[in-house]
Amino acid sequence: MTPPAPGHGPLHLAAAVDLPGAFDAAPYTELARLAESGALDFVTLGDSFARHGPDALAVLARVAPDTGRVGLVPTVTTTHTEPFHVQAAVATLDWVSHGRAGWAVDVSATEADARLFGRRRVASREALWREAGEVADVARRLWDSWEDGAEIRDAATGRFVDRDKLHHVDFAGNTFSVRGPSLVPRPPQGHPVVVVDATDGHTRETAARHADVALVRAASPARADSVRAELHRRATELGRNRGKLRVFAALLVDLGGGEHAAQPGHGGGPLPTADGPLYRGGPVDLAELIATWHGAGAVDGFHLTPVEPRRDLERLVNGTVALLQHRGLFRTFYPGTTLRDHLGLARPANRYAALAGGPS
Amino acid sequence: MTRTHSPRTHSPRTHTPRPHSPRGGKLMHLAAHFPGADNTTVWTDPAAGSQIDFSSFEHLARTAERGLFDYFFLAEGLRLREHKGRIHDLDVVGRPEPITVLNALAAVTDRLGLAATVDATFNEPYELARRLASLDHLSGGRAAWNVVTTSDAFTGENFRRGGFLDRADRCTRAAEFVATARELWDTWAPAGPDGPPVAPRPFAHHGQHFDIAGEFGVERSPQGHPVVIQAGDTPEGREFAASTADVVFTGWRPGGHPPGEHSTRHGTLEADRALYADVKSRLATYGRAPDELKIMPGVTVVLGDTAAEAQERAAEIRRLQVSPQNALLAVEQVWGVDLSGHDPDGPLPAIDPDPHAGPVQGRAGFGDPLAVAEQWRALSRAKGLSLHQTVIETTARQSFIGTPDAVAAGLAEFVAADAADGFVLVPHLTPGGLDEFVERVVPLLQERGVFRTEYAGTTLRSHLGLPEPVRKG
Repeated sequence: MTPPAPGHGPLHLAAAVDLPGAFDAAPYTELARLAESGALDFVTLGDSFARHGPDALAVLARVAPDTGRVGLVPTVTTTHTEPFHVQAAVATLDWVSHGRAGWAVDVSATEADARLFGRRRVASREALWREAGEVADVARRLWDSWEDGAEIRDAATGRFVDRDKLHHVDFAGNTFSVRGPSLVPRPPQGHPVVVVDATDGHTRETAARHADVALVRAASPARADSVRAELHRRATELGRNRGKLRVFAALLVDLGGGEHAAQPGHGGGPLPTADGPLYRGGPVDLAELIATWHGAGAVDGFHLTPVEPRRDLERLVNGTVALLQHRGLFRTFYPGTTLRDHLGLARPANRYAALAGGPS
Repeated sequence: MTRTHSPRTHSPRTHTPRPHSPRGGKLMHLAAHFPGADNTTVWTDPAAGSQIDFSSFEHLARTAERGLFDYFFLAEGLRLREHKGRIHDLDVVGRPEPITVLNALAAVTDRLGLAATVDATFNEPYELARRLASLDHLSGGRAAWNVVTTSDAFTGENFRRGGFLDRADRCTRAAEFVATARELWDTWAPAGPDGPPVAPRPFAHHGQHFDIAGEFGVERSPQGHPVVIQAGDTPEGREFAASTADVVFTGWRPGGHPPGEHSTRHGTLEADRALYADVKSRLATYGRAPDELKIMPGVTVVLGDTAAEAQERAAEIRRLQVSPQNALLAVEQVWGVDLSGHDPDGPLPAIDPDPHAGPVQGRAGFGDPLAVAEQWRALSRAKGLSLHQTVIETTARQSFIGTPDAVAAGLAEFVAADAADGFVLVPHLTPGGLDEFVERVVPLLQERGVFRTEYAGTTLRSHLGLPEPVRKG
């Protein structure tokens, strides 16, 4: 199958539900449900060990039974964690959400993070991202380490599983090794969706190799387009089908400025800030920006981080998204059930089943 | 899922619950264990459902909450068992990561405690303390941690740390791990009724196993400290429990069932009383009152309308738990020789065990092979049992078998006699294995005045009657 031409695939939308200082489940559930009411592809929740806030994957697991369709993508870091535990937690999020889990890969690059663990010295971001790539790699192998149908429950022979469908992964990275197999059977999506912020150069190789969704903090469609072209080029070199890599522009959004009032002086486009490009204006103009960038073929979608979570997500869903839906540019309901369905990404084949030439 | 009404649904809710029953006896605590990845879980029964779908966890947790249980308990797996270099394929295997499942269960339950088994060897205190405190926040104060340790390099092959800790190092690391987690949980003052909590004080822990410093990112959780459970009843384990645990889970070793080990069942009341007295007597050394540590043995229950029917069902369950293939494997593990082709309905092997054969990996061994073989042979001779029957007899363990009334009486007797503060029920069936107990036995326990008729509080600590942890520092 030929991949869709850039910019001509359906529009995808995602939103951050970060709530600084919130430890109860209720406000997160409220935001995720709001995103789901707008049929957004997924919500993200950022994380780091030094941050003031609960474990992000825990929060989204708590949110899962209270939502039905929206994808759930926590940040899970790879520097001070055990790869074997990380993949198990992400796979379990996929099980409890019935196939809606993603994983935003990140590293812990600070001295403060390192001191919380006392186990490793701070390494360069380049080295940490190389390791993150290895963690993503071993996670996918472990998700494949149980073939579909490994559980046979064959009373005649007394066998609960077919051991020929369980696989050691025998992964040896530069900083760790894992024997496998996982304890968690292959998750509903096969592989939960891997998300990488590919804005910085040293993250791009990992994104090109392992990401299903790459985020690019870009203040202009030209910038987003150029990073996407590089990601597609590299992914193709690595033997990947570039049609399986979605690239989203990542913007901060401040929708407090009224219906149309775009920030004076930047023509409705995002302004670069220390935290990334910031769109400040009304929901209608944001819809126009999204339609323009996507229509020009610069991106497959957008990841939007509200500056004021409750206010801005509400305006985003009830204003921007409603308008895009009205114009026929964004889905009005979820035709599928899994996050891969929303993203138009097929359930991946199992590498071990392919090797054995057996049934998948 | 079938919705059933137990009498307690209609019971009056006007009286104030109290820690002791109206008749002055102790109120018992009840917990439920998710049927595990070992041969106690029957998977060949037509009613056996998924071991991995969330709906199975939800069914059992909701059933436990309907029965007003204190908590729901999940085990952990870190390496699939192997035998002769091949993955063991006879028992239930495959399970989700416990803390993540419990966070999801917090959304579909309201009062039930949520206990995760998490290994203290292949984790780090900052991360685990953060995950447990997060669960406590997200569940409104219902988190518990069952502390276990792993000894073998076999399991270590899945982890950065790899390698191997000897028994002593494992215990000191676990003790320091729990102490460090408590230090982290204590860095935040409780939030006042008005306004946000103040900033945490920085921590610095410089110990034998951990050298860490910084600020803990999670505000003090509703329970202050999640409930700490210690599993197992070795002398070191008892001491560890007395020094720092809130609950000790005794008499059950998921995955390993050494012959001759005492379990809680009729006839071992005295043994359990001795264990209870021993563990409670150790508390004073640590300045703790006897009530501050709850002793909860793992038990199984088989019910019938008559005693005879219950015995029949129990025998059938034992037969399903130990398949002919499982029986052969158990004998292979003791004898250390390949017995493929051996008839499970025939006698035990005539040859003696090979004392130098290694144990099966990822599973507790059976102890001294020659002694075990002699014991099994004696049993086989005395009762005229086949290999299969002998293994059923020596490894299957059932605690309370009888009519609902008899089981309620038996459970109450154990608690009244100071042999236990309560029980961890280990059902043999997923997900319906608790239904009958909740529908038929819990109302009888309530009638006897030995079990709560409503949750008095919202946190697991309040269910267990545990004091607020004193904030140190």
